[in-house]
Amino acid sequence: MTEHISPPLDLSPPVSDEIRQTTCYMCACRCGINVHLKDGKVKYIEGNKAHPVNRGVLCAKGSAGIMQHTAPSRLRAPMKRTGPRGSGEFEEITWEEALTLAADWLGPIRESAPQKLAFFTGRDQSQSFTGWWAQQFGTPNYAAHGGFCSVNMAAAGIYTLGGAFWEFGAPDWERTKLFMIFGVAEDHDSNPIKMGLGRLKERGAKVIGVNPVRSGYNAIADEWVGITPGTDGLFILALVHELLKAGKIDVDYLCRTTNAPVLLDADGMFARDADGKELVWDRVTNSAQPFDKQGVKPALHGDFDGLTPVFGKLAERYLSDDYAPEAVAEQCGIPSDTIKRLAAELAQAAFEEEVVIDQPWTDFRGNRHDKMVGRPVSFHAMRGISAHSNGFQTCRALHMLQLLLGSVEVPGGFRFKPPYPKPVHAHPKPHAGVTPGKPLDGPHLGYPRGPEDLLIHDDGTARRIDKAFTWDAPMSAHGMMHMVISNAHAGDPYPVDVLFLYMANMAWNSSMNTKGVMEMLTDTNEDGSYRIPKIIYSDAYSSEMVAYADLILPDTTYLERHDCISLLDRPICEPEAVADSIRWPVVEPERPGHEGVRGFQTALIQLGVKLGLPGMVDADGNAIYKDYADYIVNHQRRPGIGPLAGFRGDGTESGRGAPNPNQIEAYKQNGGFWVEHLPEAAQFCKNVNMDYQQWAADMGFYPSDKPEPYLFQLYVEPMRKFQMAAEGKGDHQPPEHLRERLKIAMDPLPLWYAPYEETRIDVADFPLHALTQRPMAMYHSWGSQNAWLRQIHGRNPLYVSGDIWQEHGFKDGDWATLTSHHGEITVPVVRMDALNPKTVWTWNAIGKRKGAWALEPDAQEATKGFLLNHLIHELLPAKGDGLRWSNSDPVTGQAAWYDLRVRIARAAPRPQTAPDTGAQKNPVATGPDELEYGKEWT
Amino acid sequence: MHPAVSIILFTALSGLGFGLMVFLGIDPPAKGGWVMAVFAALALGLSTVGLLASTLHLGHPERAVKAFSQWRSSWLSREGVVAVATLVTFGLYATLIVLFGVTVPLLGWLSAVLALITVYCTAMIYTQLKTVPRWRQPLTPVLFLLFALTGGALLSGHVTLSLWLLAALGIAQVAAWVQGDKALAASGSTMESATGLGPLGKVRLLEPPHTGSNYLMREMIHKIGRKHSQKLRIIALVLMVGLPLLLGLTVEVKHLAAAVIVLSHVAGLFVARWLFFAEAEHVVGLYYGARG
Amino acid sequence: MTSLPQSTEKSLGLVIDLDTCVGCHACVVSCKEWNTGAYGAPLSDQDPYGADPSGTFLNRVHTFEVKQPEKPAQVVHFPKSCLHCTDAPCVTVCPTGASYKRVEDGIVLVNESDCIGCGLCAWACPYGAREMDQAEKVMKKCTLCVDRIYNDNIPEEDRVPSCVRTCPAGARHFGDLSDPESGVFKLVEERGGMDLMPEQGTKPVNKYLPPRPKTDTAPDLDVLGPLLAESTEGAGGFFGWLDRALDRI
Repeated sequence: MTEHISPPLDLSPPVSDEIRQTTCYMCACRCGINVHLKDGKVKYIEGNKAHPVNRGVLCAKGSAGIMQHTAPSRLRAPMKRTGPRGSGEFEEITWEEALTLAADWLGPIRESAPQKLAFFTGRDQSQSFTGWWAQQFGTPNYAAHGGFCSVNMAAAGIYTLGGAFWEFGAPDWERTKLFMIFGVAEDHDSNPIKMGLGRLKERGAKVIGVNPVRSGYNAIADEWVGITPGTDGLFILALVHELLKAGKIDVDYLCRTTNAPVLLDADGMFARDADGKELVWDRVTNSAQPFDKQGVKPALHGDFDGLTPVFGKLAERYLSDDYAPEAVAEQCGIPSDTIKRLAAELAQAAFEEEVVIDQPWTDFRGNRHDKMVGRPVSFHAMRGISAHSNGFQTCRALHMLQLLLGSVEVPGGFRFKPPYPKPVHAHPKPHAGVTPGKPLDGPHLGYPRGPEDLLIHDDGTARRIDKAFTWDAPMSAHGMMHMVISNAHAGDPYPVDVLFLYMANMAWNSSMNTKGVMEMLTDTNEDGSYRIPKIIYSDAYSSEMVAYADLILPDTTYLERHDCISLLDRPICEPEAVADSIRWPVVEPERPGHEGVRGFQTALIQLGVKLGLPGMVDADGNAIYKDYADYIVNHQRRPGIGPLAGFRGDGTESGRGAPNPNQIEAYKQNGGFWVEHLPEAAQFCKNVNMDYQQWAADMGFYPSDKPEPYLFQLYVEPMRKFQMAAEGKGDHQPPEHLRERLKIAMDPLPLWYAPYEETRIDVADFPLHALTQRPMAMYHSWGSQNAWLRQIHGRNPLYVSGDIWQEHGFKDGDWATLTSHHGEITVPVVRMDALNPKTVWTWNAIGKRKGAWALEPDAQEATKGFLLNHLIHELLPAKGDGLRWSNSDPVTGQAAWYDLRVRIARAAPRPQTAPDTGAQKNPVATGPDELEYGKEWT
Repeated sequence: MHPAVSIILFTALSGLGFGLMVFLGIDPPAKGGWVMAVFAALALGLSTVGLLASTLHLGHPERAVKAFSQWRSSWLSREGVVAVATLVTFGLYATLIVLFGVTVPLLGWLSAVLALITVYCTAMIYTQLKTVPRWRQPLTPVLFLLFALTGGALLSGHVTLSLWLLAALGIAQVAAWVQGDKALAASGSTMESATGLGPLGKVRLLEPPHTGSNYLMREMIHKIGRKHSQKLRIIALVLMVGLPLLLGLTVEVKHLAAAVIVLSHVAGLFVARWLFFAEAEHVVGLYYGARG
Repeated sequence: MTSLPQSTEKSLGLVIDLDTCVGCHACVVSCKEWNTGAYGAPLSDQDPYGADPSGTFLNRVHTFEVKQPEKPAQVVHFPKSCLHCTDAPCVTVCPTGASYKRVEDGIVLVNESDCIGCGLCAWACPYGAREMDQAEKVMKKCTLCVDRIYNDNIPEEDRVPSCVRTCPAGARHFGDLSDPESGVFKLVEERGGMDLMPEQGTKPVNKYLPPRPKTDTAPDLDVLGPLLAESTEGAGGFFGWLDRALDRI
């Protein structure tokens, strides 16, 4: 043998010419990224180590940003439709033509009937801006996509805790000892959860996954509970039953930080003193006292002059044998022994492994505490429990479980990220007051306190096109985007003239009943005109929805744009820090040979100027902001409060301060973000912690600019108000057909009822549950146009449980027909044993329409991929009462797409999944046959 | 393994060529002259075409010369070096006979030995691979050598010997198949050993790493149905051994019969060689659930 | 040269924690983006927007399901790249000397200018760690980011392979597996790090940490039972307990 020789290597090649730090937008996680540029071209994207969200890590989507930024599917110029809707036939026009056309459509509407504009945004991360724009226009019809995303989670969180899981809070990863995650395989907070799980694994904390499908996070869970879909609430209430029975609840915590001791009157409303303060029964003085009085020792049960504490009612309900593990085991698909053991494990971690931090703090009653005591049990949940028609109450049940264990806002428990938690009363109410030619009377979306806040006319008809905030969905805090197209098509509650959508693929995977929606978008009146007269759409890419619009405003990619990830919107904070961030054009948006693209928000400002919208033009009609970046820096919501909280005034002020012309530059210098840590004493118990409350008020988190301490709401009084109305009490009365349903759904204490769809069909006919979820590598992203990501997930099989597989005699390579009450699809199947036996599922939104996303028409996404959406209808099957109820949660209107029931049958393999929705013409570039990205550098 | 045409051509044709050289080296045609020229051209042609075909398989054939450098450790490199040495030696030997009528037996024997070593090296390229248990058995070089010798005997008209060789080849081939069918199981490589997850239970692939295809799948995972393969084995055996043996034993081996025997054998050789690759299970298939 | 070194000064490699990997493919794509613009030829993609997209990736995540009778099936995400074997069969089969194992750190590399694209090294690898790039026709494989880990142009803390730096769950660890003082060595010791296909005799440097035993298979009510012992009986009993609990505050 010869001597071993290694050839010489350059071990220190320069990585790039320059690093520019901005914020990722491959999904909703908003990680900080270092974009390496070489020869003016993006060479490498990595996580920003200093960034509070991702601390250097980056997911598959983030790393695939190069392929997103260079995708052939990028739009290149404004376009006007030339062929029929859905055909994809367009002509490119100039920006001036596009904005003039849009203004010509919108101007007359604004002067006569602003509600004839329906403006809905999808994965919008600038909702505080787009909402403001819609408000200035004067239409009540504005919302983003929360209605079909996870509004149950959001609304239940706000009404109960003053904040939601989502990305608005996080488990105390450093201290929690037991982590239970419901129905989540991937989430908005994608990298922080992965980092947190890694940390739990490192520390040896136990992870329990409650999910019909053992994928993603559940795959590494130390215990998997393969629950039957839609029964999470029942399972949680059984845990509550066990904990109550065993006395494993945090009584002290309940007294101090929740409304457990608050007294209810005979109507179930809170007893209040003359100042409007909720009363508790003080066991020291034996009298009713305001809840926040120093030194009160409240009673938790009993009858005090006809007043009873919330907790007494609560305990009586859940101690009932209806909630015993034995009573729910079969329905949930979880053995009763397992439910009992899980309850015991929760109790063990919470009460035997208490966490104590030596950090003095002061509560809102003025009591000084020398320690922070924590229950190291934490939970996370998302769409899995919320996209059901019983989702709101299930989310509430979970929050109640957290509170009973004393594990919210404590060390080791679940913690909010500033500016949350924030009580309902610090949030706006919904508004729909329309005056032609004038702005709306307030923000569109909010949290109704009672029936008086509903957005309905005197005759009961809806003020909003999506019928949000009506008796159909009283607490639809995120609006109901999924109802817009069908309502606009039906002209119910009224017709609209212009449908204006941003970044929402409503002609495809973002709609239930996709085929039906495509038909609604193309349906015509007798005179041949479209039922929905004009559609404006803005997106960066050639999606399915592009083909169905009349006017396209091309957006930039995320590396070419200005954005602010604002505290006014959905911020990037961490439990111990407040933070916000920017995007800025790290590369210029160049589309050689074409008119070019503009950030949608900039285009919207320019359109606002053309329309002369207040706040966007001065008295002389001149533009106040030249573009979105200018708005970000100079806009003020309240004096001193703007879209970005960092580097205000002279550049040193945080939270409040005059606009700083150098603000964006300061963000760039700081890595694209701003972060400020909470005072040590403000880190926990934020709802009742005056150290936090004062700091939050000083930062400008509350419209009142004053501390807003409050109690967590085990019992939600606004719900009781709606329930009372359903019982016939009060001036505001629901329509008769909704009374019974509201009496149950608006229960002020959590409860479980069967998902609606299965009560409307013969379950024997549709014995299976069908679910979808996005894969991690494409979660909340536009992955199929991405040359790297589409190799990972280019087609999706239907995963079938081992039981179903055997029962139907499936074999490898088989296909199946899946049938719901509404539709039928024929798709390939694959066996999966780590799955609830009564469940089938698939990856969502892998299937694409032929011609969309600049993929070749024979792309496997279009031939082998499919959508489950075709099986889901926006309405429930008829019940015989002549009414088609909406397939949604009765409280929030959240689309109940996880309620889907199906049956399955073997089918012969075929070359194309069914249904085939035809093809659209590709209006943008076609991709190359081969990619060698980076060849010039090697 | 993917049965690439280039590699089937390479191994089959070069085997025939070198096999023919063995016989020409040991026992040159008595008539010498142009008869030797034809035979030598055939031997050199077959082996050269085979070797050239192998370069079609290369991503960078222009760098092929680098492949001669690692003869100390690499069977592929050795094969190249010995093949060239064989061609040069045999070429010299044949040239002397054809042009000068001079037969140098030593050169002939040397050519024969080198030719056999070349074939052995070719076989060892495959035999050495632990990753393909079906190939990693002593019968693989035996089979390659028997193929070369049988083909050589048939081409050079050593009828009697060829009949014995055909019989031996048939036995070796069947033995290699029988042995090969058990080889993967005997190798101890399973999805459980591949993943280390055996202690947790029975392993199966739930999702491939990419839904798109890749080089590994195209190159290493060639699926062939059991029925299909049995049929092809019978065809191969009949063509390469059965028919030639039958004809050789029953009719006088003259021009037409000889041509039929050779063509049948060569056709069978190609089918057998296709199966040699197509049936070979690379253990990487375990990661793709393709070996269950 | 094609022969393997008798020994290497270090054994740099990865330790992959199967108990922590959630299967997000972050490492897969980060590897792709780094290496398509770094060492050697780019990692090309064929038919990237067509019917059968297929490209060169040096790291891929498989998903397996593992089942024992009477127990719930488990899902294991399984990232796989070159294991930088001590007895690397891919090196010794190479006819040109393009494949080699570095004496300094044990990294197995391909000197692409010597690679004839014969593919034999990929055949010799049991793990599927080598992929022939279809555009450049040379063999590509994990370099352990040899152009990152010693790179003076990169901050010291970032001198790790791209896949390790990006892994959100922290399931990938990088270090010298021959150094008993290294973090990776200790992890392997503590968690029973294992070799893939040990029967192949390749002696991989990279190790895999097996998933920890799951508890869903062993309900252990006996131990936890006392926690759920009824301190209350019916609502009345419960409220009695509640009053006592309130008095203790």
